[in-house]
Amino acid sequence: MDNKTKKNLEQLDESGKILLDELSHPSLSLKPGGKQKKESVLLIPALAIFTGLLVGAILIIFTSPEVYQGFAVSFFTGLSAAGGAVANAYSSLFKGSIFNPSTVITAFQTGKSTDIMSAFNPILESLVSATPYIFTGLAVALGFRSGLFNIGVEGQYYIGAAVATYVGFAFTGLPAYIHMPLAFLAGALGGALWGFIPGWLKAKTGGNEVINTIMMNWIAINLTTWLLSSGPLQRPNSNGAPISPEVLPTAQIPRFFPAPTRFHLGFFIALAVAFLVYWVLFRTTWGFDLRTVGANTSAARYAGINISKNIILAMALSGALAGMAGANQILGVDHAMSTSVSAGYGFDSIALALLGNSTPIGVVFASLLWGVLNNGATQMMFTASIPISIISVIQAFIIIFIAAPAVIRSVYRIRISKVPENQVTLSSWRGDKS
Amino acid sequence: MTTTSLVVEHKIIQRTSIARRIVMGVIFLALAAVIFFVFASSTHTGQTSTFGMTPGGITQGTLPDWIIPSQFTLLLISVMVALLAAYQLFRGFGKWTNAILGVSVLLFIFAFLTYASAGQSMNLIGIFRSTILLSVPLVLGAFSGVLSESGGVVNIGIEGMMLMGAMTGSVVGSVTKNIWLGLIAAILSAVLLALLHAVLSIRYKVNQIISGTVINIFATGMTTYLSEKLLQPLQYLNQPPLFPRIAIPVLADIPILGPVLFNQNIFVYAMFIALIVLQIALFSTRWGLRLRSVGEHPKAADTLGINVFKTRYMAVLLSGAMAGFAGAYFTLGSVGHFDEVMTSGKGFIGLAAMIFGNYTPIGAFLAGLLFGFADALGSKLQILGSLISPYFMAMLPYIVTMIALAGFVGKVHAPDADGAPYEKE
Repeated sequence: MDNKTKKNLEQLDESGKILLDELSHPSLSLKPGGKQKKESVLLIPALAIFTGLLVGAILIIFTSPEVYQGFAVSFFTGLSAAGGAVANAYSSLFKGSIFNPSTVITAFQTGKSTDIMSAFNPILESLVSATPYIFTGLAVALGFRSGLFNIGVEGQYYIGAAVATYVGFAFTGLPAYIHMPLAFLAGALGGALWGFIPGWLKAKTGGNEVINTIMMNWIAINLTTWLLSSGPLQRPNSNGAPISPEVLPTAQIPRFFPAPTRFHLGFFIALAVAFLVYWVLFRTTWGFDLRTVGANTSAARYAGINISKNIILAMALSGALAGMAGANQILGVDHAMSTSVSAGYGFDSIALALLGNSTPIGVVFASLLWGVLNNGATQMMFTASIPISIISVIQAFIIIFIAAPAVIRSVYRIRISKVPENQVTLSSWRGDKS
Repeated sequence: MTTTSLVVEHKIIQRTSIARRIVMGVIFLALAAVIFFVFASSTHTGQTSTFGMTPGGITQGTLPDWIIPSQFTLLLISVMVALLAAYQLFRGFGKWTNAILGVSVLLFIFAFLTYASAGQSMNLIGIFRSTILLSVPLVLGAFSGVLSESGGVVNIGIEGMMLMGAMTGSVVGSVTKNIWLGLIAAILSAVLLALLHAVLSIRYKVNQIISGTVINIFATGMTTYLSEKLLQPLQYLNQPPLFPRIAIPVLADIPILGPVLFNQNIFVYAMFIALIVLQIALFSTRWGLRLRSVGEHPKAADTLGINVFKTRYMAVLLSGAMAGFAGAYFTLGSVGHFDEVMTSGKGFIGLAAMIFGNYTPIGAFLAGLLFGFADALGSKLQILGSLISPYFMAMLPYIVTMIALAGFVGKVHAPDADGAPYEKE
């Protein structure tokens, strides 16, 4: 036995150990008991969100003219102006995303059902805006669990939306109970195709999925713009404006309440899909294979798991989830596709997967938070004239603190946990070198 | 044992080169077929293609219009490419294959221009000039990527750094009324973002893709926020001076080359200087060798006494400076004011150009030029009313990058430790 074979065998032994480890110790996040684990699962995200909002507050203070005028009068006036600006901004964020206490009280005093409905509209609207985040967050989380970085959720979302739109308006004469699911699944299929391509390229040629999905994003954006402005998705008589025809009523996801409340079945579909992803990932051999490939490629190979198949499968499933997000927005909210169909869901979804520690339940809660923030930001713009984009700044800081827990730990002087964190492993730019 | 393995290796090389020879030959043949069956057959005898040689607004180095018979030219080109294909299929060009591929592609592009302008007039010099101008941010963005990734740090935050540089340059240039201060501020702002990227990815070992994404989200949010909150109500914050065009004496009078290359603003000249400096610095100096060793094998570099962390910090900060300079081009060299998300994915095309150019300055430059040409041609074709939608032209950079990455044409070699944080033992 020459030296090289020996070394290879040693490596195999090592990977066998890792595999056994993975078998005997299920993922930490499955049983978040114990003090240390709770810290990384709950405390760090909570502090990250708090710190993100704090940074947002500082930004508001520095860009409010009232604050500068206040400081010109006296230090105390300036201070109270600063406090007032922040309180005004964040209270309108709360009122716009959860409910406005005074409206709720008057609604109950008058007792009219329409008033009560509209008083609770903000929180329902937050759920509407959280729904696509659940799908896209799950898409990235599933990729992370399988050791893949799907940064192409944005493109898969666009393709999913386009396909769902087409099925939604072009397939006529179908009953609603067939048309709606068909359009939704068609969107998922479109996204799956867009995820399959980089997955196949990675499995067959080793082409890095990060680069390929970035490229596919821009191809998708240009492709859908063409489809909408001069392709088959063009609305007749739109004069070249990139907008599609309205999807038929039979294809629309049913809403629960009369207009203007937009709360629709999509939210519950998202929750069901989240449960499905959890079940597949953590309760089936199939999901176990995916996670093993993600945790340790060489261990997976040693165990006889087909790496190529799992990479392709994971990317296609991830793309399907992203495609569902696009379908959900078209069929449930917008009812027609335009080029502004995505509000950057693809890039935010990375934050959601990180925030939720790549577990479906975590992603759902992170998405609810994102929905609340984004929905509240609209109100914040109207009442406090704070541009919506401040949410992106806050979100960027939240990602930093989640991705680099050491920063949060040193700010809040939290002791470093001794248990290794349940971090999702990611390949480097060139892919795994096992 | 050793001899057999050598023989086997030799055989494999031969087989792949035969396969490659045939694949290339078929590609040439396909190009010739498209020129003959698509381009030439849709032109009529007697039609002429007029290529304008007068760039707008420039008087130096102009030529009279160049008029050629469309169909005859197309037939001639298709025969030439078909001959190249035949030679490739039966004998093979060997080590010249890639060069011949380049020639065939150039001939194909020329054929396409002839076809597109059959019976019409197309301003060729105008296209070349806008190619250069459109490729400046792509090439500079790609250089930014080359700097960082040579040191082993993936930088997908180029887009965000460019955007931040564009806004800062505009604001500081407007407030101080000094364009150079604006330029310096643009560079510094992007360097600050790069510092964040460096600290996150080198010190805290955050995944570099995540860190780069954070840079993009932050820069997009911040610039849009400040633009809505400050630049729109206070217009005087967004009226920077613009770098003028400088005609280089003598050189600017050369026909074709003069108007295209030597009558531009400083960003174009800086691009060429950066190309030469970077190519030499990376591949012919001790500094470059050290940088690349840190990107290829940080442990070995560390053993030899190179400070891996310091080198990587330097690489990322230089990358930021380059991206900031590219961003300044938008506001101080081209548009003259800041618009929300005005980089519109140019940073990502720069990233594509870097990969397509195989992580070298010269490759990144040529790729950026190609992508800039596709862009310029796309907008020109839209005016001429061609069949090809500009959206498909816009997809081209991404598609060819994916093809290059898949190794269908040649293998892209990324630095070995690119994207992997270095853990000192």
